[in-house]
Amino acid sequence: MTTAQAMTAPPARMTDDEPRARFRDLLAAEWLKTWSLRSTSWMYAITALAVIGFNAGTAYDHYKYWYQYDDRGRASFVANGSPLMDAFTGNAAMVLVLAVAAIGAVSITGEYGTGLIRTTFTAVPARRSVMAAKALVLTAVTTLFGALVALASFVSTQAILSGRDASVTLGHPGALRLVVASALLAPVAALAGLAIGAVIRHTGGAVIGCVVVLLLLPMVLSDRRHLTAVLQHTLPFSAWERLSASDLHAPVLYPWTVSGAWTVYVAWALLAGVVATVAVHRRDQ
Amino acid sequence: MIEVNGLTKRYGTATAVKDLTFTVRPGEVTGFLGPNGAGKTTTLRMLLGLVEPTAGTATLQGRPFREHPRGLRHVGALLDAGDVHGGRTARAHLAMLARSNSIPRSRVDQLLQDVGLAGAARRRVGGFSLGMRQRLGIATALLGDPPVLLFDEPLNGLDPEGVLWVRGLFRRLAAEGRTVFVSSHLMTEMEHTADRLVVIGRGELIAAESLTAFAARSTRLSVTVGTPDPAALAPLLTAEGAEVVRDGDRLTVTGLTAARIGELALDHHVLLHELTTLGASLEEAFMELTADSVEYLAGDPR
Repeated sequence: MTTAQAMTAPPARMTDDEPRARFRDLLAAEWLKTWSLRSTSWMYAITALAVIGFNAGTAYDHYKYWYQYDDRGRASFVANGSPLMDAFTGNAAMVLVLAVAAIGAVSITGEYGTGLIRTTFTAVPARRSVMAAKALVLTAVTTLFGALVALASFVSTQAILSGRDASVTLGHPGALRLVVASALLAPVAALAGLAIGAVIRHTGGAVIGCVVVLLLLPMVLSDRRHLTAVLQHTLPFSAWERLSASDLHAPVLYPWTVSGAWTVYVAWALLAGVVATVAVHRRDQ
Repeated sequence: MIEVNGLTKRYGTATAVKDLTFTVRPGEVTGFLGPNGAGKTTTLRMLLGLVEPTAGTATLQGRPFREHPRGLRHVGALLDAGDVHGGRTARAHLAMLARSNSIPRSRVDQLLQDVGLAGAARRRVGGFSLGMRQRLGIATALLGDPPVLLFDEPLNGLDPEGVLWVRGLFRRLAAEGRTVFVSSHLMTEMEHTADRLVVIGRGELIAAESLTAFAARSTRLSVTVGTPDPAALAPLLTAEGAEVVRDGDRLTVTGLTAARIGELALDHHVLLHELTTLGASLEEAFMELTADSVEYLAGDPR
């Protein structure tokens, strides 16, 4: 049978009769790459449960200990924007950032760690196209994921608070902004993770880098001095805090605008996409 | 066709590959030999554009590999069977690579069949033996039906049946007019596989020639002598200037021809059972040539 195969085998192609290189093939390949690992689905599922759990848990606390509020507290619960604070808490945002940034980082450090990167770049020598496809697929998946998690959090928390007549709808001032800002925090963090992973190329180092840049820096930079406040305002987690805070709680010492915070989101996403794409081009693999 | 010209790679002060120049022709299997650490893998990575040379050029079919936006139809490469993600199934691994190069899905199943992994297609690669990973790597290399094929130590971990299959495959690929370049650190692996050899040591070219020309380089011819009375024969041979190694009732003699040994035995009435001249072995030629360039020598105190 093998001889028959050898006899009928076509002669090796010596001409460039290959189909034109299409970017959407790379998108499809990265899509397959994403979902052919069981860990991907698990990571997203566990993150979703943790984030929604944190938010619903906080709302349930308010529901359960509602009797501890006096009449004035109950009356001002909605006016103070408390239902929105429950809809996406700071803890949930931290969990989301950490998990999604790690997913983004591992999507490239996983290739370096296993050596798959050499197989990938041998199959597709246009390295920047590979990374651009990776960044786009990651953006699409995490945006959808962020939207689902943010909406599920909003719906579940408000359903719990409605038991005390203390819920709001998406039409409430700041509600839609909170949901969108929380949803988009996912792709921004994921792209930052991808960029950090592409530069550091080791999973452990990249995850530590993500924690430092995305979570630690916004915490240690004080918003009580002008310089550190300005620096802090350039970070995505601070931008989320600005966007999620109702205007009642907006920082007063060094105030910054909502559109400024949106700009930080966009700038980080674009910059991270560029860094991830360029980082692999020149270095030896 | 692979053309390497003045290829050099330095890492700081260490030189991994130094001024390599050679050509690998289509239609033949060319072995790429060298001791561990000789620079074989670095050279192959430079051929694929994964590592940027410090100086010199490497072209495949006349073009640097990185000029191609997609690679699988130009070069098939098995650099390291471990260059896969253990969490994917064999089929998913090939499918995503095929997709990136617009290669139809049917080709994936066909190749899994061809390399003998059809039964393991849905198993995750993490659970594969080294031999199975080598087969998967070979399937990866063949995905795009490329004219140039590079294999880095493809026989590692394969069972005897697998070794035979791979040798047949290389011959078939070469017979189809493809350029087949196979690295190894064991001469014996190449002996039955390659038509030509490129030999390097410490990053420098030692030889680039046909297998027969390479074998002729060995200076040491030896004769095996079987006798019931080795104790009587050995001193006679040594007296004639030969080097004699005794192993039971067999002597391995270097420095004397079989004819002269026969004469001596007849003159002194020593009975012989066996008298065989051993051709220069490729292994010895390889060892002699690379003796000065072995990077990690056992017992070497440096």
